[in-house]
Amino acid sequence: MRKTMTSMLAGIGLVLACGTSVYAQDKELTIFWAEWDPANYLQELVNLYEAESGVKVTVETTPWPDFQTKAFTEFNAKGSAYDMVVGDSQWIGAASEAGHYVDLTDFFNKHNLKEVMAPATVKYYAEYPSNSGKYWSIPAEGDAVGWSYRKDWFEDPKEMEAFKAKYGYDLGVPKDWKQLRDIAEFFHRPDEKRYGVAIYTDNSYDALVMGVENAIFSFGGELGDYATYKVDGIINSEQNLKALEAYKELYSFTPPGWAKSFFIEDNQAITENLAAMSMNYFAFFPALINEASNPNAKVTGFFANPPGPNGDQFAALGGQGISVISYSQNQEEAMKFLEWFIKDETQKKWAELGGYTASAKVLESPEFQNATPYNKAFYETMFKVKDFWATPEYAELLIQMNQRVYPYITGNQGTAKEVLDSLAADWNATFKKYNRVK
Amino acid sequence: MATAVMTTLDPNSRSAARGMSDLTIRNLFIIPTIVFLIVFNIFPLIYSLGYSFTDFRASSAAPANFVGLQNYRELLNDPFIWSNFAITAKYVIVSVVGQVVVGFGVALLLNRDIPLKGLLTTLLLLPMMLSMAVVGLFWKLLYDPSFGIINYTLGLGSFEWLSNPDMALYAVAITDIWMWSPFVMLLSLAGLSAVPKHLYEAAAIDRAGSFYTFFRITLPLVAPILMIAIIFRTMEAFKTFDLAYILTSQPTTEVISIRLYKMAFQEWQTGRSCALAYIVLIMILAITNIYVKYLNKVKER
Repeated sequence: MRKTMTSMLAGIGLVLACGTSVYAQDKELTIFWAEWDPANYLQELVNLYEAESGVKVTVETTPWPDFQTKAFTEFNAKGSAYDMVVGDSQWIGAASEAGHYVDLTDFFNKHNLKEVMAPATVKYYAEYPSNSGKYWSIPAEGDAVGWSYRKDWFEDPKEMEAFKAKYGYDLGVPKDWKQLRDIAEFFHRPDEKRYGVAIYTDNSYDALVMGVENAIFSFGGELGDYATYKVDGIINSEQNLKALEAYKELYSFTPPGWAKSFFIEDNQAITENLAAMSMNYFAFFPALINEASNPNAKVTGFFANPPGPNGDQFAALGGQGISVISYSQNQEEAMKFLEWFIKDETQKKWAELGGYTASAKVLESPEFQNATPYNKAFYETMFKVKDFWATPEYAELLIQMNQRVYPYITGNQGTAKEVLDSLAADWNATFKKYNRVK
Repeated sequence: MATAVMTTLDPNSRSAARGMSDLTIRNLFIIPTIVFLIVFNIFPLIYSLGYSFTDFRASSAAPANFVGLQNYRELLNDPFIWSNFAITAKYVIVSVVGQVVVGFGVALLLNRDIPLKGLLTTLLLLPMMLSMAVVGLFWKLLYDPSFGIINYTLGLGSFEWLSNPDMALYAVAITDIWMWSPFVMLLSLAGLSAVPKHLYEAAAIDRAGSFYTFFRITLPLVAPILMIAIIFRTMEAFKTFDLAYILTSQPTTEVISIRLYKMAFQEWQTGRSCALAYIVLIMILAITNIYVKYLNKVKER
């Protein structure tokens, strides 16, 4: 009897304890992002916020290929499942024009974020339309494309000698796209199951397009005039033809079955001893210096996207800003969270955890630049980035580019000129449809 | 008229005791189903027909404008859409023919007295019970050029099943054949076991050869049920999405449902994708009608 009484009392106590803790965590925030390492780092970061403020923040994720679809389905339904989203840079036009994002201009100006965050991140993650002074998100995860390579293969004396004999210059980190091509060709040995290079080719979202952008931008080309929507003569310019041909040539030095590859495959190319060099976002490099996930961690090096034939050097921008969703019922709480997120200490902690802060102060600090073998390359790249169209119809433009470019790169169909001329016509028709051009 | 067809309620039954009429009971059973059908099938169908004549985009707050037949006109003039239809047709033919040949062949082999026939049939049915997404994911591993077991077993080296634009569609079809041949086999087995034994005996007495027996007795008698299997598989193959979407992203495997998905949920061209969905619906109805006509003809014989 007494035992029963004790356990009953214990039970009641437990219920009360649970009850109070539920009460304390009454306020909850949900941030939606894609499923990748930075989202895990963000969860670790927001756990600190919970400890400070008592507000529980959950980072909810979904795989990359579904991220855009899932987010916009929720937005279009005016759903309040998420309070904030760390949305892709090219969404900003679609999401702001449709009223899905809360206007953060006042918040931005109040905290002088234009100066606090790195300029490229403000331009591409936060402001829409360009140069309008209207801001829709806080730069959260800076990102751009860089390269990893096998230092042990590059530094092997025998390889160095053979390379010099064949190409007439020393084997090392490629100084331009021509050298990148030569090195890829040199290491491409299918008989030994070793291949030259790993590049992006997946056409289900923006992987292939971003890969091609690295070539286009560094060859001195552009996708179009983002202010006037003029594309003819720009997307099919002479530089872009050469850039597309160069990318296609790189594809011939990739491992077998490389026609649907994105960040997972490109990192595998290094960890599985498949390729000498691999294109990938800086966000995926932490896995390459971790010996648990990369047996070649000690012999993996990094470099920024090399310049093209005329010395132009740019890289495709990745990364995301954090926005408050208009249909959230916790907007006030979300703004409080953002106030905490932009603090210098928080941004510093964010960088320590593995997130790529956009805070200019943290990026410029020697502490950040020396923290990993690739942070310096990241810092340099973030000032030389360009991005895809951010207009509301960007998804159509993206699919049109995939439809034209993919068969050329992976299936050897048509010529670069035919591909880009057709693409210019497609894009022009799309802009006409939305009354961007006459 | 309707009540005349129904059998009358037993006056001693509990329902009768509660004062329910035949009509009440009929309505009780039918109305929920009809309401469900109207709310979830008919209403969206008609609603989307309306959208197909507008430039509506679910992603924007802008109101939908009536554009008449513009969506239909532009879709039917789009060479990419026609290539999607051509790919779908090729896929349907390869996959359904493959399933009928393999499924019917296995059914013929199983339609005799062999030990462990029940167990064998059950095991052969397993692929059909798996989820499409799971099948897609593990066939992707089987096809892998570096470590896939298919290349290893067949000694094909690093043959690229899924990255080769000419091969990818066949690779998807092979997976579909593997998964759905058991369905054709099951229906064929039912048909085969219903063929009266005395017909075979009579044929044997008349010294008919095995070819003659097959084409004059077996095939004509199994044909109606085989046609049903073909109708089902054609409709399914026509709307294939998961397998092709998971296995590969080659433009040569972009069947019409994948294009439709991209148009509706990546580009958010809601109005236009409704129009495309209607074009697909009309095509499926037309094809099914041809089959059903043929099925009736076969039955009459």
